[in-house]
Amino acid sequence: MLKLGVPSKGRLMDKTFDWFGQRGVTLRKSGSDREYAGAVDGIDGVELVLLSAGEVPRELAAGRIQLGVTGSDLVREKLSAWDSQVQEVAPMGFGGADLIIAVPQTWVDVDTLDDLDAAAAAFRAAHGHRLRIATKYHRLVREFLKAEGVADYQLVDSQGATEGTVKNETAEAIADITSTGETLRANGLKILGDRPIHASQATLFRGRRAGWSNAQRATFKALQAKLGV
Amino acid sequence: MQPLEIAAEAARLRALFEAEGATAVDADILLSAETLLDLYGEDIRARAYLTTDPFGGEMVLRPDFTVPVVEQHMRSHADPARYTYAGKVFRKQEDVPERAHEYAQVGFEVFDGRDPAGADAAVFAAISKALDGLDVTPVTGDIGILMAAVQGLKTSQTRKAALMRHLWRPRKFRSLLDRFGGRTPPSPTRTALLAQEDPLADVGQVVGLRSRAEIATRIAALREDAATPPISGEEMALIDAILGLRETAPNVLSALRDIAVDLPAIGTAVQAMAARLLALDARGIAVDALAFEGSYGRTSLEYYDGFVFGFSANAADMPSVATGGRYDALTARLGDGRAVPAVGGVIRPDLVLALRGDA
Repeated sequence: MLKLGVPSKGRLMDKTFDWFGQRGVTLRKSGSDREYAGAVDGIDGVELVLLSAGEVPRELAAGRIQLGVTGSDLVREKLSAWDSQVQEVAPMGFGGADLIIAVPQTWVDVDTLDDLDAAAAAFRAAHGHRLRIATKYHRLVREFLKAEGVADYQLVDSQGATEGTVKNETAEAIADITSTGETLRANGLKILGDRPIHASQATLFRGRRAGWSNAQRATFKALQAKLGV
Repeated sequence: MQPLEIAAEAARLRALFEAEGATAVDADILLSAETLLDLYGEDIRARAYLTTDPFGGEMVLRPDFTVPVVEQHMRSHADPARYTYAGKVFRKQEDVPERAHEYAQVGFEVFDGRDPAGADAAVFAAISKALDGLDVTPVTGDIGILMAAVQGLKTSQTRKAALMRHLWRPRKFRSLLDRFGGRTPPSPTRTALLAQEDPLADVGQVVGLRSRAEIATRIAALREDAATPPISGEEMALIDAILGLRETAPNVLSALRDIAVDLPAIGTAVQAMAARLLALDARGIAVDALAFEGSYGRTSLEYYDGFVFGFSANAADMPSVATGGRYDALTARLGDGRAVPAVGGVIRPDLVLALRGDA
């Protein structure tokens, strides 16, 4: 059996079902709506596994599922050297959101990452601690800021309501996913720089872990042909 | 390789350093992460294993001995002092996962301000002697020369401070230099900001901890910087020349003496290098063949600010067998302003054994 992991609820699940459905593979929940069991029609040898989008990267890396749908941001955040552990099979064109850094609109002097770095140096000298950036995307943000040469910052973990941390003075800036930027503006924040840390979308991934059976490989080939990817 | 063999080799190496007058010391494996986070910020999380103690806050599995040994030394007020240690260090290998995550290090650290050139040579020679017979080649460098060159630039203190802050981040250092040298134009947002009479005029209530006064201070600094003439093409070329040096140490020394004619600020650092080569020669090091690279030791997370060196295997693909350097500034950071000139290096006994097995 080739196990395909798909987000177990919400828009991401519905859109994933639509995406496969348009390509002749029907995914559906079996049993009651609360039950996380699934069924696949239109191709043999594929088993649907419903799970949280955040767990898909780990399950792929561990080889407990062979294919999985999740946000490209989650794969990059949760797996080190992600592209050695999983492979992008197909970007799916929905669930788009940008991971961005935002600072207060009142920071008229800060528009680029160079500005952020300089402001962080001065902030640390003035306040005795590093400039705090609230986020739940620790790895992505850290690697991005390292590549861009930003120093004197620290990450503070924020699993929700991240936009509010600046007003509450538990952080000076935030790094978060945004699709429209409206919540940012409502909280007096603006997006830094001219490109996001990562432009995320729902993506079909394949685990690179060894140990696929010949049957799994054949099923994957048939699925690829059917999906046109 | 057997752990016991590695431990035996580590003991042999440590005994060699004890014979050089070093006192054997040890450090906790589980350390408070505060010092390392303070020194290196978030980058340390990609390199070391951090965990949380319910009462002690963030803790780290010892990523090297230098920081705890410096802390012990700064508390002891001994001067001069020589230390040696042997034990495991723990490193995340996010970029090269197949590299060892825990491995033994044997170190030799010399805290002695009386004769820096002599101390540099003592450490290098002791490590060189310990690696005797192995198919390895040393490379040297000197971050003090680059630092002196930056300090000697005819430009504002603000720009020099920015360059010094990013000395260990080669890409960022280059982009700053290009900006200060007028090779990269200012961003359109910067130009627009400075075109306003008072950019803060229409700004309402400031959100967050960074105050209106701090923003105003930075705008003033940006105006001052915009009015500062670019670093000259000649000076940019001199920095490039220093970074591009890649020759035997005596040839580099001669090139640096030429550069010092146009950049007199590096004179003292060049003299220090000359003294070091004499001291190395006196200890029997083949100085004429010793490689020197102007950019050596400029990787991030390192604390070296003078002489730097590494020994790499000629035939095998492995990390450096030994590395070291001078870290005067680190002792100042950890000693509450009280600095002790210090130089040291580490050997990896596992790699020594692997090379000896190959031989």
